[in-house]
Amino acid sequence: MLRLENLVKTYKTGDQALKSVDLEVPQGQVLALIGPSGAGKSTLIRCINRLVEPTGGKVWLGDTELSALGQGALRRARRRMGMIFQEYALVERLTVMENVLSGRLGYVGFWRSFTRRYPQKDVDEAFRLLDRVGLLHMADKRADELSGGQRQRVGICRALIQQPDLLLVDEPTASLDPKTSRQIMRLICELCAERGLAAIINIHDVALAQRFVQRVIGLRLGAIEFDGKPDALSPDVLTAIYGEEDWEATIQKADDDEEVAAQ
Amino acid sequence: MPVIESNGGQIWRRRDRTQTLLRWGMWLIGTAVFLYCWKQISDATTWFFVWDAPRIANDIWTRATPPKWEYITQLGRPIWDTLNIATLGTMISLCIAVPVAFLAARNTTPSRFIIRPLALLIIVSTRSINSLIWALLLIAIIGPGVLAGVVAIAIRSIGFCAKLLYEAIEEIDESQVEAVTATGASRWQVMAYGIVPQILPAFAGIAVFRWDINIRESTVLGLVGAGGIGLQLQSSLNVLAWPQVSLILLVILLAVVISEWVSAKVRGAII
Repeated sequence: MLRLENLVKTYKTGDQALKSVDLEVPQGQVLALIGPSGAGKSTLIRCINRLVEPTGGKVWLGDTELSALGQGALRRARRRMGMIFQEYALVERLTVMENVLSGRLGYVGFWRSFTRRYPQKDVDEAFRLLDRVGLLHMADKRADELSGGQRQRVGICRALIQQPDLLLVDEPTASLDPKTSRQIMRLICELCAERGLAAIINIHDVALAQRFVQRVIGLRLGAIEFDGKPDALSPDVLTAIYGEEDWEATIQKADDDEEVAAQ
Repeated sequence: MPVIESNGGQIWRRRDRTQTLLRWGMWLIGTAVFLYCWKQISDATTWFFVWDAPRIANDIWTRATPPKWEYITQLGRPIWDTLNIATLGTMISLCIAVPVAFLAARNTTPSRFIIRPLALLIIVSTRSINSLIWALLLIAIIGPGVLAGVVAIAIRSIGFCAKLLYEAIEEIDESQVEAVTATGASRWQVMAYGIVPQILPAFAGIAVFRWDINIRESTVLGLVGAGGIGLQLQSSLNVLAWPQVSLILLVILLAVVISEWVSAKVRGAII
């Protein structure tokens, strides 16, 4: 469904953020992207929807090659990719409803969006999504009145109302407390399963990633270091990705969590 | 080297000897220059007039009080003109300042090397010339009257508003813009959803602040013939009608106080 071929990104400063990354994500697969800060995780995600222009290589979304598209075609392609951000990136001074509906911007014309007259079926869908994430009563609140977890739910609604084929998720839990982090991860994974969506989730928390996803990619210095099942993450693998450290505790913790959840 | 070793202990000073001497030297030169300038100004002053000042001031004060209250009937129209000059001028300038600000802001300008310098040139050139001078120029071009005042105020305000606004645009949170872009929104939609909501409070603050300044500036525009209450002020000064002058000054003071009050209220309501 998504295929990266020899994706390269070199910044103007000469830093090579991505060195020829090849990756294939089938329909409906939720994938975690782990790696140290500066490994190129954010760059990789942003090269897919071209918030960052890749320097070389190809990105295939279905039958469309994204890196060669012109402005108009790129906008239409972006509608198929929902994005969720670390600091939520909601438009703070707009209401929750406006933020959710802004996910439809690619589908409505300028004046309709400017005057906030969205098609009724978009509004219905927005209410349905807000209900799904438990924020129906917040629809009229301004986005900056919400807590972190609530904001991230709104961010999820904004991404889903696009009716995307793929979710690009950039550190969804980095600004959240441990409990909310798990709820948000669970919500994202549930929604992906419900809709058969593929997702790439950048995440720092290895234990959290292991718990929720079907496949883990380890990125180090812009190259893929590991690609496999979450339970194949051994201390050796983590050392290869992040460098020398005592990894037993991290992996152990994940097992403990599983037990706690099972009880 | 502020730390000095001396018989076993370490003495700490804020500055070492050369730095201290240098600072003393600088102060000495500064004082000498100041005194020299003082002497020059003093030589160029006709001290007779200065010693005379309290008497003259007192003389004007007694002539100017009490204000000629019945003159107020002739001031209604000019003060209304003044308010209109300020308000219309501010509105026109905002209409021009908004696009200029978007062209000048680093993150929204369509071209960094051609259009941005042009927009900055507009900002600098309109800002650097006082509205009185703009009024003088415009009176020569479009003739005396309220219109010249409105245009003078409008031109003078473009640079001010555009500069503050483009700084606000440059300080927005880019991640919100990124998020709106990622939905597949068009350029204009990104502007309307990602940028405008973020700069709206700044815009309202700037508009009210500039309106407040413009009321004060437009009161003097009449001095050069560009309409408003300044016209009355000048004709009264010309005929040495001090009671009228004092009443005009009172009216101006009142208008400025009211405008300050309004702008404080509006700003409070927005933020």
